[in-house]
Parts: sequence; C-alpha cells; structure tokens
Amino acid sequence: MTVTISHYLILAAVLFSMAVAGIFINRKNVILLLMCIELMLLAVNFNFIAFSRMLGDEMGQVFVFFILTVAAAEAAIGLAILVVLFRTRQSINVEELDTLRG
Amino acid sequence: MESIYLSIILAPLAASVVVGLFGSRVGRAGAHWITIVGVSISFVLSLVVLADVLGGAEVYSGAVYQWGQVGGLSLEIGFLIDHLTALMITVVSFVSLAVHIYTIGYMADDDGYQRFFSYISLFTFAMLTLVMSNNFLQLFFGWEAVGVVSYLLIGFWFKRETAIFANMKAFLVNRVGDFGFLLGIATLLAFTGSLDYQTVFGAAEGLADERISLFSGTEWSVLTVACLGLFVGAMGKSAQMPLHVWLPDSMEGPTPISALIHAATMVTAGIFMVARMSPLFEYSQTALSVMLVIGATTAIFTGLLGIVQQDIKRIVAYSTLSQLGYMTVALGASAYAAGIFHLMTHAFFKALLFLAAGSVIIALHHEQDIRRMGGLRKYMPITYWTSVIGTLALIGFPGFSGFYSKDALIEAVHLSTTPGAGYAYWCVLLGVFVTALYSFRLLFVVFHGEERIDHHAREHLEESPKVVTVPLILLAIPSVVIGWITIGPVLFGGFFDDSIFVLAQQDVVGLVGEEFHGAAAFIVHAATHSVALYLAAAGALVAWFLYIRRPDLPGMLQARLAVMHRVLDNKYYFDWFNENVVAAATRMLAGSLWRVADAGVIDGVGINGSARGVRYLAGVVRNFQTGYLYHYAFAMIIGLTAFLVWLTFGG
Repeated sequence: MTVTISHYLILAAVLFSMAVAGIFINRKNVILLLMCIELMLLAVNFNFIAFSRMLGDEMGQVFVFFILTVAAAEAAIGLAILVVLFRTRQSINVEELDTLRG
Repeated sequence: MESIYLSIILAPLAASVVVGLFGSRVGRAGAHWITIVGVSISFVLSLVVLADVLGGAEVYSGAVYQWGQVGGLSLEIGFLIDHLTALMITVVSFVSLAVHIYTIGYMADDDGYQRFFSYISLFTFAMLTLVMSNNFLQLFFGWEAVGVVSYLLIGFWFKRETAIFANMKAFLVNRVGDFGFLLGIATLLAFTGSLDYQTVFGAAEGLADERISLFSGTEWSVLTVACLGLFVGAMGKSAQMPLHVWLPDSMEGPTPISALIHAATMVTAGIFMVARMSPLFEYSQTALSVMLVIGATTAIFTGLLGIVQQDIKRIVAYSTLSQLGYMTVALGASAYAAGIFHLMTHAFFKALLFLAAGSVIIALHHEQDIRRMGGLRKYMPITYWTSVIGTLALIGFPGFSGFYSKDALIEAVHLSTTPGAGYAYWCVLLGVFVTALYSFRLLFVVFHGEERIDHHAREHLEESPKVVTVPLILLAIPSVVIGWITIGPVLFGGFFDDSIFVLAQQDVVGLVGEEFHGAAAFIVHAATHSVALYLAAAGALVAWFLYIRRPDLPGMLQARLAVMHRVLDNKYYFDWFNENVVAAATRMLAGSLWRVADAGVIDGVGINGSARGVRYLAGVVRNFQTGYLYHYAFAMIIGLTAFLVWLTFGG
C-alpha cells in the first residue's frame, strides 16, 4: 500500500478536528486550550509538508518553519499570560474566566 | 405735535425705568419726585392736547415709527388724537398724578416704595399707549401691558398668600378675555388685511354683510364675530359678568392701586375700547344686545353683593363693578358718549372713594373690616366730607357729577330700541336703588353710629397727612362740578362727533339731547320725568333706617333671609363654580392629557419605549457574549467555515 496525499490530508483533518473538539469539549484547563491550538497548527503543518513533497516545491517547508517559530513565540506568550492570570485569579479554570460576559 | 404726543407716553416710561432700575440710587424721595415729574409732564401736555383739540384742531392720525413689516402688513407705533383720546389722556394722567401724590403718604412705611412708584408710572405709560393708539397692535400691546402691571401690583405684597392667589386669578381671568380680544383682532385682520383703525372702520359696513361659518351649518356676520370677540376682551378687562371675579380679589393690592387701576383707569379700558370701535359695533345689533344684557346683569347683581360685604375696599370694588355694568349698558344702547361720560365722572368719584377708604385704612393701621370702624366722622373730618361728596356723586345726587352721567345714561337706555334694552332699563333703574343702599351703608357704618374701633387704634386715631388729604380734595372738586360743567358740551354738544360713530336710527344720546336745555333744567327734567332720583333717595333712606335708626334690623334681616344672604355672601357661587367646575375640569383635562399624552404616549412609548426596546434587544444580544473562550473560538470557526463555504461554492 502506497501512502498517497489523501492519507496525509485525512491525518491532518483528524488532528485538526481533535483540536477543535478539544477546544469545545474542554471546560477545565486553559493549558489544554493552548495545546489544542498548537495541535491545530501542527495539522496545518502536515498539510503544508505533504503538498510541498507532492508538488516538489520547497516553499511549503519554509512556511512550516515560520509557523513553528510563531507557534513557539505564541506558546511562550500564552504561558506567560497564564502565569499572570493564575497569580491574579488563583485559578486557570476556563469556567471561571467569564469577566467579558455581557 | 408728534413730539408732544410722544412725550406724553415716554415721560412716565422714562421715570419708571429710572426709578425701577436705579431705585436704591435715587432713594425714596428721588423715586417719588422723578415719577411725579414724569406724570406731571404727561398731564400738562395732555391739557395742551385737549386745548388744541378743543380749539378745533384736525383729527391727527399717523404713525411715528414703523418697527416691522410682515408681508404687506406694516407694524407701527402711531397715534390717533381726537376728542375721545384727548379726554381720556387728560383723565388718566390727572387721576394718575393724584394717586402718585397720595402714594407718598400711603406707602410711607413700605419697603417696596421705589418699586411701587416704578410700577404705577409704568402703568400710566401703558394706559396712555393704549388710549392713544391708532392701530390694533399697539392697542393690544397697551392692553396686555396694563394687565401685566395690574398683575404685578395686585401681588405687590408678594409675601401674602392671598395676594399671590389674587394676582394669579386676575391674570388667568384676563387671559380668557384677552383670548377673545385676540380672536376679534385676528378676525378683523383676516378680513380687512389691516390693523389700522381707519382702514378697518372704513370696511365695517361691508363686513357686516359678509358671512363666516364657524360651525358647519351656521352662518355668522363677520362683524358680529369680530365684535363679540372684542367684547369678550372688554368683559375681561372691564370685569363684566361672568369674568368679573378677579376685580374684588384685586383689592389685595395697595389702595392707591385699587384707586388708579381697579377703579378709575384700567378697568375702563374695555369701555374705552368699545367706544373707540363704535364704527364696528354699530353695525352689529347682536353684539350690542349682548352688551346690553351682560352690562345690565353686572350692574344690578354685583351691586347687590356690595350690600353684604364687610371689607371696606371690597364694597367699593363691587360698586365699581356695578358702575362698569352701567357703562357697558350705555355702550350696548349705542349711547357711547354717555358711557364715556360716565366713565369720566366715575373715574373722579371712584378714585376719590377709594382714596378715602385708603385714608381710613391708614388711620386705623390697615384695618379693612367695617365692623371694626364706626363713628370716624369726628376724627377724620376731611376724609368724611370728601367721602360724602364721593358717595353723593356715586348715587347720582342732583347736581353732582354722577347724577348727570347716570341720568343721561338711564334716559338713553330707556329710549333705545336695541333688543334687550327693556331688560337693561329695569336693571339699571333698580341698580340706582341698590347703589344708594350700599353706598350709604358704607358711609353710615364707617363714619356714623357707635365706635367699634379697638382701643389701640383709637389712641393714635387722627386725620391723615396732607399728601393724603390734598389728593382727596383735588378729586372731590371734579366729583362735584365736572358733570355740571361738561354735560352740555361733552355729551350733547357733538364733542365726540369725530371719534364716535352712531347710526342715525340708534342715536339715543341725540334723542336725550333734544330734551336738554342746560344743566339746571336737566335736574328739573330728571325730577319730573324719571323715577331714578326717587329710587336713589329711597335707597339712601333705607340705608339710614337700617344702619342709623335701627342698627339691630340688619342682623334680624340677615337671619330671616338666611338663604338669600348665603347666596350673596358666596357671591352667587361664581368662585365656587370657577374653582370646582371650571378649574377642576381644566385640571382634570390637563391631568388626563398629562397621563395619556405626556406620560403615556410621549414618555411611555416615545422616550421610555425606545429605551426599553433597545434594552430588550441588548438583552437578547448579550446572551452571545458569554465570556467563555471556547464559545468565542467556536464562533470564529463557524464564521470561518461559513466564509469558506461561501468562497468555495457561493462566489
């Protein structure tokens, strides 16, 4: 059995869907939310690399590097926010973070 | 001459402004000197004008200043100077001058001294403006201005609750009249396109035949509608039933005001106005009849009220109402000249009676209840004798001024053929008896009989100072002689030919004049041809019997005729009716309008309703903003998905 582009795309779609589900279903932990976002980015990366190999264009892989860099920066900032949040609210429970409620 | 006319009205205005704005600077003496000089200028110049007019000067009618133009309508300040005007300005400025002098004594201890002088000068200005006007707009300006000053002066002692009530009442009742007045002027303007007297008068005959439909299915003569409107205005200002209720209450003001405004001048503005509009009223038989009936009713029924009142000023006030009724009857009978003649004599003797009442009030330290007076004759001889003169003039004692005016008036009504004249004749005839009764009751109860003064007042009881008695004497002289001197030339000598217009078939004054052969002969004629004289004598006799001979009788009568007394004591329940029906209905209407229209529609639906709508919408929308991150993320993804779907399949 050869591994075709469809397998990659399906894998990426599954990963992405899991991440989305994680965001919705998770009601407890902000860290999990952040991880789910990372997972979404990885799913996108999969697509990029798969297409890059198929089309023989390195541009896609360059993009992945960029995304990884941004994701790292984002994770750093996100975690820093989390720390500050925990200090002020003594909690990182998603259910309790509803200050923006109208 | 224009500069003289202008000076007549501007001198009091300038004095009023100076004293009103710089009252503390000019001081009390300054205040009365400035205003007295101002009014004296008016008086002297009025005499000049009168002499000029008597010397046969042409009728002057012209504008001195045009202050505005609306379309083809020119708004002007102008003067119409004829015999009627000249007579009126002389009377007004003379009485005003006497009252100014008198006020020095009457208001000597009052804190509002300067304010008072400023007001009465302002009043003189307003009244003169009204009288000298040659167009309806200026007439209306003067009309309203005297109303405002009257309002200010009735409420002069603004810390008294009753004074505030009285001036509000005067203002509101006059507003009803002024509304009619305004409608009358508007009707004339609409149909003639002019506010100028001459133009409107010229069109009068034509207007009588023009028809206007006020309610569907009815047709009215335009002139009748306009005249009735104007007369409603006169009813308000000249206090005719049923708009008379404000005048007795206006006695809350200081006495000089009662004399000047509420007896001698302002209340006669309505009479003057109707006489001035005689070219209009002559062509409207309906309006004349209405005036006859209303005037007659006022004359007799307000006179009856004077009999039961206990407040010295209110008695004189009801007497004023009654006499205003007489003047209105004269107008209704087309005897405009007689009405104006009575207005003139009345101005003198009624101002005299008021000032005499004021003199008594000062002497008794502002006591106004006649039950706490009596026997004042020996303490206040000048006041007493001037009061006697005023009373005799009022009841029409032969030879006194009131006799000539009232008798000529009654004769004229007798000869009138206008519908309603018969009723009016009997009313004014009976009114003579009633007048004598209440006048002599007042005189006897206050100056004769036993003393019922409380002993504090008696210790200081003395004749009033010169500034009070001199005006009394000044007014007493014309009260005696003015009728004798002027009846021939003024009433029957064609004095008003240039200002008053009477149709030939309604010229009752002319008919009376045919019988007139000099002032002395008039007395004989009255004694032999009319019962009025005897009715007056009977009234005086009854008063003497009831209040001097048998002072116990009035109380008994009062108990015996309790129902009648209660009706009179409550002034025919006019006040009750106004307060409980008219005012209550107005308040109810206003209340329901407020609840339904204002609170319900405007506030409820319009303002609060839109706010409620926005809040409801926001309440629905706010549910989307939960504050949970995953909801926002979900929304973003849904949006993104929708966008992608649209991009892929839609575009």
